[in-house]
Amino acid sequence: MAYYNNLLNYRDNIAAIDENGEQITYQELHENTLLIRGVAPEHSLVFAFCNNSIGALCGYVSFLTNNVVPLLLKDDIEKELRENLIETYQPAFLYVPESIQEQFSELQCCIKLYGYCLLRTEYPISTELYLELALLLTTSGSTGSPKLVRQSYRNIQSNAEAIASYLELSETERPITTLPMNYTYGLSIINSHLLVGATILLTNASLMTKEFWTFFKEYGATSFGGVPYTYEILKKLRFFNMELPSLRTMTQAGGKLSPELHKEFAEFAQKSNKRFIVMYGQTEATARMAYLPPEVSLEKYGSMGKAIPGGRLWLKDIEGHEITQPDVVGELIYEGSNVTLGYAVCLEDLIKADERNGVLETGDMAKLDQDGYFYIVGRMKRFLKIYGNRVNLDETERMIKNKYSDMECACAGIDDRLIVFVTDNRKETKDGIKKYLAMKTGININAFQVEFIEEIPKGESGKTLYSKLNLLLEKNIGKQ
Amino acid sequence: MNNLEKYNQVFMETLDVEVDQLQDLKYQDIDNWDSVGHMSLVAAIEDTFGIMMDTDDIIDFSSYQIGKEIIKKYQVEL
Repeated sequence: MAYYNNLLNYRDNIAAIDENGEQITYQELHENTLLIRGVAPEHSLVFAFCNNSIGALCGYVSFLTNNVVPLLLKDDIEKELRENLIETYQPAFLYVPESIQEQFSELQCCIKLYGYCLLRTEYPISTELYLELALLLTTSGSTGSPKLVRQSYRNIQSNAEAIASYLELSETERPITTLPMNYTYGLSIINSHLLVGATILLTNASLMTKEFWTFFKEYGATSFGGVPYTYEILKKLRFFNMELPSLRTMTQAGGKLSPELHKEFAEFAQKSNKRFIVMYGQTEATARMAYLPPEVSLEKYGSMGKAIPGGRLWLKDIEGHEITQPDVVGELIYEGSNVTLGYAVCLEDLIKADERNGVLETGDMAKLDQDGYFYIVGRMKRFLKIYGNRVNLDETERMIKNKYSDMECACAGIDDRLIVFVTDNRKETKDGIKKYLAMKTGININAFQVEFIEEIPKGESGKTLYSKLNLLLEKNIGKQ
Repeated sequence: MNNLEKYNQVFMETLDVEVDQLQDLKYQDIDNWDSVGHMSLVAAIEDTFGIMMDTDDIIDFSSYQIGKEIIKKYQVEL
């Protein structure tokens, strides 16, 4: 049975504690799920604007329990993107924190839960969505694309079980949130811990604040997750010198950690009797596909590990055959019951059934070592991971071209740094592009760099030669 | 450039702000001063003045004004 229908198994356990010390038990979480029953019909669509709070958690669990399909978005999502998504998918309901309710003052509030309200929109209530469709998440939402990933009830349960099993989770765990709940990695931490009756410590405070560490220590956090950039921050904060006796486990996903940083954290974990677990996943696989067992974290640093329980990973060569010998690069393919149904780009797509049948082409290039551990070596598609967010380079280029039509541009870069090459050398244009990208993507301006180039290298057909641009990257990266 | 000018320059460049915004500027007041911006700011201040701040000082560095007091502890005269 799905964990969200089984909350009374842990009725007296505390499900979550927030920054103000407010708590909710599994019994109370269950009782709240009953409130939404009948208000929003089964298989109707709701947009949930999330932050790490009891209200957002309650809403999410209630929607799953009642077969209402939420699209999880960040509560401060860029306004134009928000409107675009609402127009595209026409949700009958919005689930919003009271702090932003005034932005929807014309809508009627159906129900209030822990500082959140469920609002009825002017769109008709459609209940035609695919019966197995449980949840929608964005992928490259940051560049304005309304593309969503469709996840099923089975996907969520299967991935939560696999994660709880390989992390050996129990009800004594107290994970602290370091990632937004609408982000697949953050959500997988919530799902896998509610499955085992653990207590989630909910905070929106960043690692850079006193509030975060006070909350961490006061409630004895046992684990946290982080994207590569989180680990850079931790190192900068002299994390290795901090006294954190309650901490048991650190997990990492959301992009490839540099081998050096992987090694440093693995060494620290070994010395301090904690676990450091590097993992690999995608929203398209619900969340998790692979993990590197902590026992070999140091020995195999730089590796993304092996498939999670119940899943299978393999490498495909150009002819479509499986590569079995070590050190040969191929496309990474994953098979398992957490492979999601497919994408949606319009309302009609929400009726679609399973289009992937349990097989996912990850788009990542990888190789194996002689012991069967996988190593990511590159990507087939043109996108970067910036602070854990996927940013599509072609979409970014299109955004810039729309806004600055009288010059040419091309985007390239490495993870955590996107470089825009432009044929306009004016300072106001270059600064303007950086500001524009930070505004539209919600990503910090320091991730973007704009460089002048006399001419964008192009082939005979007029297509940009990105291979040539990549050669220019090395001497330009980090140049201010 | 004197130390105060250098300090201002670091803020204006890493957080993309104007000089007249500096006096009241606090962490998370503007989009660019988020955790990523904070890392860049701290790194740039450390590089500019050749210092290395402690964890508590990095976390306490929550406004333009408080930052001035903090870097004074590292023998940077403003």
